[in-house]
Amino acid sequence: MVKVFIYPTNSFILSDLVMRAGHEPLVVMNQVREKVTTLGVDSPPMNITPEDPKTGLKYAAIEVPAGVRGRMALNGPLTEQAEIAIIVEGAPADFGCSGCNRTNELTKFLVRDRLDRSKILEIKYPESDEQIHEFVYKILDFLNTFND
Amino acid sequence: MKEDKVKIALVSCGTEYGGVQAEFEEAAEKVNAEFIYPEIDIKRLDTIGKDFGIDAASGDLRLMMARAEAVVKGQTLADGVFVTTCFRCAEAAIVRNEVRRYIHRNSKIPVISYSFTEQTNAATLFTRFEALTTIAKRRHLLAREIQTGITAGIDSGSTTTKAVIMKDNEIIGLGWGPTNQVLESAESVYQEALDMAGLKKEDIQALGTTGYGRYLIGERMNADLVQEEITVNSKGAVYLAGKQRGPATVIDIGGMDNKAISIEDGIPGMFTMGGICAGASGRFFETVAKRLNVDITELGDLAVKGDQSKVDMNSYCIVFGTQSLVNSLSQGALPKDVAAAACRSVVEQIYQQQLQEVDVREPVILVGGSSLIKGVPKELGELLNVEVIVPDKSQYIGAVGAALLASGFIDEQND
Repeated sequence: MVKVFIYPTNSFILSDLVMRAGHEPLVVMNQVREKVTTLGVDSPPMNITPEDPKTGLKYAAIEVPAGVRGRMALNGPLTEQAEIAIIVEGAPADFGCSGCNRTNELTKFLVRDRLDRSKILEIKYPESDEQIHEFVYKILDFLNTFND
Repeated sequence: MKEDKVKIALVSCGTEYGGVQAEFEEAAEKVNAEFIYPEIDIKRLDTIGKDFGIDAASGDLRLMMARAEAVVKGQTLADGVFVTTCFRCAEAAIVRNEVRRYIHRNSKIPVISYSFTEQTNAATLFTRFEALTTIAKRRHLLAREIQTGITAGIDSGSTTTKAVIMKDNEIIGLGWGPTNQVLESAESVYQEALDMAGLKKEDIQALGTTGYGRYLIGERMNADLVQEEITVNSKGAVYLAGKQRGPATVIDIGGMDNKAISIEDGIPGMFTMGGICAGASGRFFETVAKRLNVDITELGDLAVKGDQSKVDMNSYCIVFGTQSLVNSLSQGALPKDVAAAACRSVVEQIYQQQLQEVDVREPVILVGGSSLIKGVPKELGELLNVEVIVPDKSQYIGAVGAALLASGFIDEQND
């Protein structure tokens, strides 16, 4: 089992595919769950405080907007844990939508920078039924190559 | 009976990710407002960019457009809209500006915009939210065009405190002084205005307070109206300029901050308030006057004789502005040209930072203490290529607005 970074980072469909293949998806929902269940912090709805954009300084400089650095406080640790990655481009919003494109660019860069290219599957979102099948097979094939 | 909460649609790229959501909530709570988040169909995020006209790459910016659309189409009922995005994000700045414009053009819902950092706090947002809720829920108060009875207004500004006594739509007493101790300064200028009017405090039927010290003074003096300076100053400006009907733009350069307010029939529709940098406020003029060794009241006359193009001055920050000032004088620049350049520098900064956030519609009314420096309206007029109106007693707009609006409370007392 390997830890799989997925993009979009909140895609339930990708997350489900990863789990079906027996791996652990790294999803931003887990980061958010950890935030909102943290005791002693009361900053609803996400419990992100001004400390988080400061944490984000590990990934982005001070001139980068606060919202990007706050998001990186969630996304950054995912990129650090990733052993392999699946990046889907051109997906519609209901497949998974990460709100800030600057954050997305930086997150994807960090993954590409850390991992060997053989450990990253970059794939376009399918536009036809035929492509959907191919899309799923390609992802599962990729994931299966990392089974023990 | 407790008033219903004012519903403010928060149209943002993600204040919660910036770590400032709690500050936004606190500021809204203080003005009896609550945020609502317009519901949209997630599929709309894939199409709104093309329909709106900006194919933004960020999903949350497309969400802003979709939420704005929901408000404009009445799918979500909002009393006001607050459009906000991260400071220093170019894509967000473009979307924020166009979303604000879209709402303003297609609805009568008051809207303001703001760019936040993780340093943004509730106190910074409070005056803006207070103005937004006043415009949304107390339009009847702002609709007043004629002052009745005997009323007083006190404007406790960051640098100066002003007081006005009005009787039957005429100004009969004026008081002005520097703000030292907020209460003592207010008492002093109030007494000065009463003396000029030949009246006593007991003769005043209603009192209004505005400006930074409005709550303290309002509480101690038992004021009938305690109101932020954006709506009050707008009212005072159009009243003194005789432009209460139709569109107008009010530019208010105060001692510590500046405001640009787009108005329709005396009621603000869009406004912006700057105050981070002292380079675009009266403070910069005080620094310039001191360095040129002239009284602040003489700076304007000096500036209109000068040519701003002969001196390169940047007042983006008061420190850099002062450096430009010292450098130009050391290179032999004439004081009159330096004074003119200082005026140009301040209006350029207001143009760059504030007037991009509101639609400038004539007449342009310049008010606040800095409007009395003659070089300022001259440079602003040349920059905008419009005629700039500086009404008589333009430094008293806050106090006049407060006295005018306070007269509404005489009717309530009589009822």
